Amino acid sequence: MSELIFEKSRGGRRAFAQAPVEAGSLQIPGKFLRDDRPRLPEASELQTVRHYTRLSQKNFSIDTQFYPLGSCTMKYNPRACNALALLPEFAGRHPLGPVSHGQGFLTCMYELQEMLKDVTGMQGVSLTPMAGAQGELAGVAMIKAYHVANGHLERNEIIVPDAAHGTNPATATMCGCIVKEIPTRSDGDVDMDALKAALGPNTAGIMLTNPSTLGVFERHIKDIADMVHDAGGLLYYDGANLNAILGKVRPGDMDFDVIHMNLHKTFSTPHGGGGPGSGAVGVNKRLLPFLPIPVVTRREKDGETFFDWAAEDDIPQSIGRLSGFMGNSGVLLRAYVYMRMLGRDGMERVAEFATLNANYLMVRLRDAGFELAFPDRRASHEFIVTLKHEAKDYHLTAMDVAKALLDKNYHAPTTYFPLLVPECLLIEPTETESKETLDNFVAAMIDIVRSAKEDGVQYKEAPYKMPVRRLDDVKAARELNLRYNPAQ
Amino acid sequence: MPFIPHTEKDTREMLDAIGVQSTEDLFDEIPAELRIDHLHEVPEALSEMQISRLMRDRAAMDGSPVCFIGAGAYEHHIPAAVWDIATRGEYYSAYTPYQAEASQGTLQTIYEYQTMITELTGLDVSNASLYDGASGLAEAALMSVRANRRVKTGLILLAPGVNPVYEHVAEAIAGSQGLTFEWLPVDTTTGNVAFDQLPEGRNPVAVVMQQPTFPGTLEDVDRLTDWAHAQGAFAIGIANPMTLALLKAPGHWGEQGVDIACGEGQPLGVPLSSGGPYFGYMTCKEKHVRQMPGRIVGRTTDLDGNPGFALTLQAREQHIRRSKATSNICTNQGLMVTAATIYMSLLGVEGIAQVGRKSHENTTRLVDGLCAIDGIERLYEGPYFHEVALRFDRPVAPILEALATKNILGGYDLTKDAGTDALLVCATETKTDADIDACIAAFAEAMG
Repeated sequence: MSELIFEKSRGGRRAFAQAPVEAGSLQIPGKFLRDDRPRLPEASELQTVRHYTRLSQKNFSIDTQFYPLGSCTMKYNPRACNALALLPEFAGRHPLGPVSHGQGFLTCMYELQEMLKDVTGMQGVSLTPMAGAQGELAGVAMIKAYHVANGHLERNEIIVPDAAHGTNPATATMCGCIVKEIPTRSDGDVDMDALKAALGPNTAGIMLTNPSTLGVFERHIKDIADMVHDAGGLLYYDGANLNAILGKVRPGDMDFDVIHMNLHKTFSTPHGGGGPGSGAVGVNKRLLPFLPIPVVTRREKDGETFFDWAAEDDIPQSIGRLSGFMGNSGVLLRAYVYMRMLGRDGMERVAEFATLNANYLMVRLRDAGFELAFPDRRASHEFIVTLKHEAKDYHLTAMDVAKALLDKNYHAPTTYFPLLVPECLLIEPTETESKETLDNFVAAMIDIVRSAKEDGVQYKEAPYKMPVRRLDDVKAARELNLRYNPAQ
Repeated sequence: MPFIPHTEKDTREMLDAIGVQSTEDLFDEIPAELRIDHLHEVPEALSEMQISRLMRDRAAMDGSPVCFIGAGAYEHHIPAAVWDIATRGEYYSAYTPYQAEASQGTLQTIYEYQTMITELTGLDVSNASLYDGASGLAEAALMSVRANRRVKTGLILLAPGVNPVYEHVAEAIAGSQGLTFEWLPVDTTTGNVAFDQLPEGRNPVAVVMQQPTFPGTLEDVDRLTDWAHAQGAFAIGIANPMTLALLKAPGHWGEQGVDIACGEGQPLGVPLSSGGPYFGYMTCKEKHVRQMPGRIVGRTTDLDGNPGFALTLQAREQHIRRSKATSNICTNQGLMVTAATIYMSLLGVEGIAQVGRKSHENTTRLVDGLCAIDGIERLYEGPYFHEVALRFDRPVAPILEALATKNILGGYDLTKDAGTDALLVCATETKTDADIDACIAAFAEAMG
């Protein structure tokens, strides 16, 4: 651990250039003022810059390492997207500023809505949800609002496959729904008999990811859609894996009623060490009246076209507002720039090369002796390796391989998700990685398993080369230490 | 091909290894009738030079007006170092720190953030942040239901000074979980809660108050916090963190302090950027930490006994608890928190206090000047921090339009919220005396 910034503090030191020169006294009665002094760092500008620069160097990141993190789509975040979103006029624009001083921004947002409609095959888009999980919340809330508007208050059951992301059931609960989980067949497709049994007069809808979290395309999607719709339910598309099908097949054409997109995955906005995300939602015709507000609309006035917010007055049945203003606007600008730089053909190439990389990596690992969870299926943009034999025979678990990879300068794949595959690694290389990177990764994987098998190397205590060794999670939770105290 | 490194030779070798003819063959499990040939609305690709030109032109359309709007988002000077460092690739392009050994930078930064924000708010523990201030209130309300278990009403009472949009958002997010939100009565002279009309015996699960209030006044938060506790309710305090080097910390309001504090973190080094990405902070008393939503970073030790940081209390979260999680939230606003941490470190408590004092002084200059104009007066009496509501003797919208043509954004039109012709103005430390005087002159001219 590096010294904390607080430990570098010295009373009276600070970065003087950053604050205004001393202003006059406050005309505020004493009872409103604080009489204690919060302990913020007291450091010079150089100390602060050096401290946080050094801390940043303790991170893995896409810019520095290969990040084959399944279900997270860790592709390159183009620098231009960041630079252009931070142009001073965009960065400085107040969210409540008049539309007369926002036509540039609003034009981008309107066009982003249109492009997202095109790539998803939906009829309307709202950009306001601030993360995938909030997009999910918006989606399920719209499904509920639809049933309520049709007088079906009893429809409050959401069906979720057992392979789904944890957010799906958590979201359904947040929306006041009851979760019904259905199993997945051994070939990765939804168990249609179980689905049939789960459907009924209380069905509000089903939440599906396609390709699923198992890395395979749900081949019976049309039948599923028909069954759910016949039962009076709606279909929710979890857009976590949209990268796999961009420009090839659209959720709208699969008959989904509502979709959320993770712009920080498919449209390459930064993950930022855990946010900001951005979870735009798309809907078909029947859910248009319920879109979260505000959305950007085009209006005519005195023969001139301009862009404006559509809010409560325009969309009176909306599920409402999900953020203080209009979501993560700066993230949306980055996604807009990304889509314009890729263009129509580039969008289609995303799915092609993401799928090419995944299938190539899958075949290489299979040929090297790794067991695939779904050996008879085509990989989408990700796939699953199971280490159940290695765990049994050589005590080499998925966790061990993940930590050993860190020492070889690769970020670990997603481990122990989806929950139904034992000792699994969910691997997603993305389209922006080169063949050499994939080949080197395969060599690293082979080396780890070979050393465990042949040399009896144990990775229980890996990693060794990181800034810290394996951390004591139990202690972290039992002896809570969530902030610095000078006494510690 | 933009951002795709494959040469033709690479592609050929990879397809051969897979044993297919073309990339098309990789999509053979997708039913043919679902496939599309082309996208239609997405335009042709632009080079980086072309998109740069386009975005500069668009940015120029929005211009750089002199802005006196606050209303929940505030323009402050952001030191150059803040975003220079926050957008380093190691912060910018890192994932959520699940692999702790490879994420000590982000984790320690968040731990330091948690320390700073608990210091400012006067409470024991903080999470790693939420999406924004408005959604943070929804999460705080839901948390109060989990933590204040004796109360089963699901009733959340809001002081009239709470940002009205926060109520809309809380309703949209938490309304379907059995929570109801009701406003407390307002004293129309002060704009604050009418203490002599407070409803007794409603058994609320929480009482929410904001300081400074949405229309800029200072609420008697000590008395309101004590009233909340006397009702058996949690006190939830919303505060602008920029004010907390000077104003009393929520953890010290009343006899016991609030139970949960939350609010918009944007003033701490995050650009206005049309409304986001911002971050919501949330702090609480230690005994409620297990009911807190969102990620939390803890300090622990590694195999060698050396200190390090990891996400902790993950048993509350969706990826473990699924439908029984405290929230569906997975992300914090990591990048914004990184920026805010650097901002707080650069300014220190003295710097933040000076930003507050200067903003207060500038707002006083602006308000004094505007109130000298016929037809403009203060809407509410009493002290303020850096934002003030003004009553107009005529509609505000045409006046704001007139100012906008001079590149001055004169404030937030408060008419709908206040039920009378009114404007909310704010002059932060970024405004010079000349800016303020030009604004006053523009109002005087528009008021004729």
